[in-house]
Amino acid sequence: MTTIRLTVNGSAYTVDADAQTSLLSVLREHLDLTGSKYGCGEGQCGACTVLIDGKAQRSCITKVATVSQKQITTIEGLASGEQLHPVQQAFLEAGALQCGYCTSGMIMSAVALLRRNPEPKESEIIAFMDGNVCRCGTYPRIVSAIQKAAKVAKGTSAGKGAGR
Amino acid sequence: MSEELQQQISLEPERYELAAAAPYRFDLDRRDFFRFLGAGILVASVLKPAVIAQESGGARQRRGDSLPQEIDAWLHVGENGKVTVCTGKAEMGQNIRTSLSQGVAEELRVPMGNIDLVMGDTQFTPFDMGTFGSRTTPTMNLQLRKVAAAAREMLIGLAAAQWGTDRQNLSSAEGKVTDAQTNRSLEYSALTKGQQLTQTVTSDTALIPASGWKVAGQSALKVDGREFVTGRHRYPSDQKLSEMLYGKVLRPPSFGATLLSVDTQKAEQMGATVVHDGNFVGAAAANAELAAAAISAIHAEWKSEPQPSSKELFDYLRKNTSEGKDPSGDGDRYDVGAVDQALSSADHRLQQTYTVSYIAHVPLEPRAALAKWDGDKVTVWTGTQRPFGVRGQLAEAFRIPEDQVRVLMPDTGSGYGGKHTGETAIEAARLARAAKRPVKLTWTREEEFTWAYFRPAGVIDVSSGVRNDGSITAWEFHNYNSGSAGIRTYYEIPNQRIVFHAANSPLRQGSYRALAATANHFARESHMDEMAHSLKMDPLEFRLKNLKDERLRAVFTAAAKQFGWGIRDKTLPGRGFGMGGGYEKLGNIATFAEVQVDRKSGDVKVVRVVSAFECGAIVNPDNLRNQIEGSNVQGLGGALFEAIEFENGKILNGRMSQYRVPRFSDVPVLETVLLDRKDLPSVGAGECPMIGLAPAIANAIFDATGVRLRSLPLVPEGLKAS
Repeated sequence: MTTIRLTVNGSAYTVDADAQTSLLSVLREHLDLTGSKYGCGEGQCGACTVLIDGKAQRSCITKVATVSQKQITTIEGLASGEQLHPVQQAFLEAGALQCGYCTSGMIMSAVALLRRNPEPKESEIIAFMDGNVCRCGTYPRIVSAIQKAAKVAKGTSAGKGAGR
Repeated sequence: MSEELQQQISLEPERYELAAAAPYRFDLDRRDFFRFLGAGILVASVLKPAVIAQESGGARQRRGDSLPQEIDAWLHVGENGKVTVCTGKAEMGQNIRTSLSQGVAEELRVPMGNIDLVMGDTQFTPFDMGTFGSRTTPTMNLQLRKVAAAAREMLIGLAAAQWGTDRQNLSSAEGKVTDAQTNRSLEYSALTKGQQLTQTVTSDTALIPASGWKVAGQSALKVDGREFVTGRHRYPSDQKLSEMLYGKVLRPPSFGATLLSVDTQKAEQMGATVVHDGNFVGAAAANAELAAAAISAIHAEWKSEPQPSSKELFDYLRKNTSEGKDPSGDGDRYDVGAVDQALSSADHRLQQTYTVSYIAHVPLEPRAALAKWDGDKVTVWTGTQRPFGVRGQLAEAFRIPEDQVRVLMPDTGSGYGGKHTGETAIEAARLARAAKRPVKLTWTREEEFTWAYFRPAGVIDVSSGVRNDGSITAWEFHNYNSGSAGIRTYYEIPNQRIVFHAANSPLRQGSYRALAATANHFARESHMDEMAHSLKMDPLEFRLKNLKDERLRAVFTAAAKQFGWGIRDKTLPGRGFGMGGGYEKLGNIATFAEVQVDRKSGDVKVVRVVSAFECGAIVNPDNLRNQIEGSNVQGLGGALFEAIEFENGKILNGRMSQYRVPRFSDVPVLETVLLDRKDLPSVGAGECPMIGLAPAIANAIFDATGVRLRSLPLVPEGLKAS
């Protein structure tokens, strides 16, 4: 057991865990942040995706000791109070989920994509998101939701620009 | 699970679901109900005897002051105007929480937000066989609309009495009853104040026809979608209790292995609670890592028996038939006319064999359960499509009465027919009983791939006879092991012999979305194409020549039009077009596919799929599209590349990195044509849309390459020119 300091969604935590423990287990079991999901345990399905310093990473294959100095964002940290993040809002409006178990990971991956590439082409969305699995098969809706969120974000930043 | 039940599961898909249900006991009498829910009005839905026999395993006697035993759903309008609806159905992504709410909102005339659906809790919801077979929309939606309509009429009656007016003058909308003549109105909450009225509804309750729907029939977003996009929704695997331990089970090295000896001392020294009970060895510990480490520290010796492998599977199934039946399907045998004579006198004869592999459901949320004992009563939160079935399994496993077992099913991370049984519930409960603390147990993906059950593999032999003019005269169809769902043909053929042969499946098998309809349609619709080609007839023309059913003709025609059948550009090298379709679970589907095959690289890409679907009056168009798209995407896996490989009682590709499921880059352009038949009852849509895809792709690959593929998956290794 090691004492590990973590910064998750802007809050500082101290957890006692084996350094080899996955970040996913720590998030779910120690911090009760159950929005990140277990799907495969080998980084193949993306259900556990979180942002580490803004980049999408699979928390099931990330050892907790390796992220103690980093900013971790989970699905729980995305909305500002009751105000959903544009990607969350877009998923909701596009009906881009059925059972919703992949949704947290999909949204976190999409957020990471849009940070890197605010106006992705459809082919770029598909290439970036290919590591996230939706067994219910809502992929086309997820692509639409990401395009929609990109448009909204562009509108918002354009609006801001005009106001300056 | 009893050996007998296990046997049934392993022998025949879905048979266990049709075994007589545990007796339904409705524990609350009407006074209890109001004590529990508060004052208001309560309307219960009572199934007709015929439906009871089908859905609940038999009619039961009414006793004393209790509500009728055959209740399948109830609705309560409280003093605050809130509507509570209770049904034993379970939500796992079909979005029935939304579509059922729409039906209630329509008839009761309340905003959707006022409705709370209580689902899948064996203590509070009426008995339900389970959520499978696309039954929710044709049965439960109808029942809930009836209770809602009856509640609306009761509320109008209360207002009429209060105002001393004729109820004919009154109408209801937006949670209020209004008298148009005097312009006065009363909220439902005011009408229910202090009331304790009950009513039961039966079949004769009048409903708003689909042509007059305002809320039903419209697209509505997932009612609690916000909980899902924020990660707040707690799935079964997210459940937590204070003092909870994490459980883990020691798995045998192969199927059917028996435990010879076990040494659990090391595991116990690590601080885990270890249970050794027959073939069951498990551990519970303060965290999941420790529980896993404890299991690794257990030394066990097992005795394994030699078993068949996937390489010899199809021969094995043919040679190992059993006496089993498959009552879940369309019957095990169907004979009409004189097939042998018709075959020998046909102008053209064709005989072919088709096969399908075992595939896994791969629900993204693996099976999980949290169990807690209070004395000799156990409560289990688990992901299952059959909460009442799992209650029965727990009662049987622990030799306690069913009323000492409560199963709750939080909206779960999908099932696709794969979560009908209660393995994790029993495992968690066994460990919790020993540890005297709540235990949560979540299967790893490898456990999910290995210890769940599979979609049955099968072999299908088809012999057909056809006249020069394209009329089919003879049809002989033998299905070995895959199941009898969708086994009957909808084409008009005077001489038929259709037989399902049960076999001793080497793997544990059970339900999978659309059951055997996928296999049977693959064989039938591929064979139809082969017959058309042997006659040099257009495959669509050939189908329509032999098809009288108007609803099926309508979907084939609609899909062909949208697809541009016959006018597509056929000059593109490697491009091919094909179709498949049929009738299943009361729905009608036609699927047209366009593929691109590169014989050099072997790459086969499905580039476009057009589906035309008709399921009566549409309840929620956008959700229906979502289900059809999802069926096609999921169906791509079984059609193109999914197959379970096994050898000697071991799964060889039981990981996500070894078993390919469809991803973003596999998805074709999906176009959906909905035929809304407002004059017909609404039926389910979660399964039927899947069945036309595999044959459509196989037929398109033939069109592109001249290569006829008769095994699912079609191209697990691609399709290189030989």
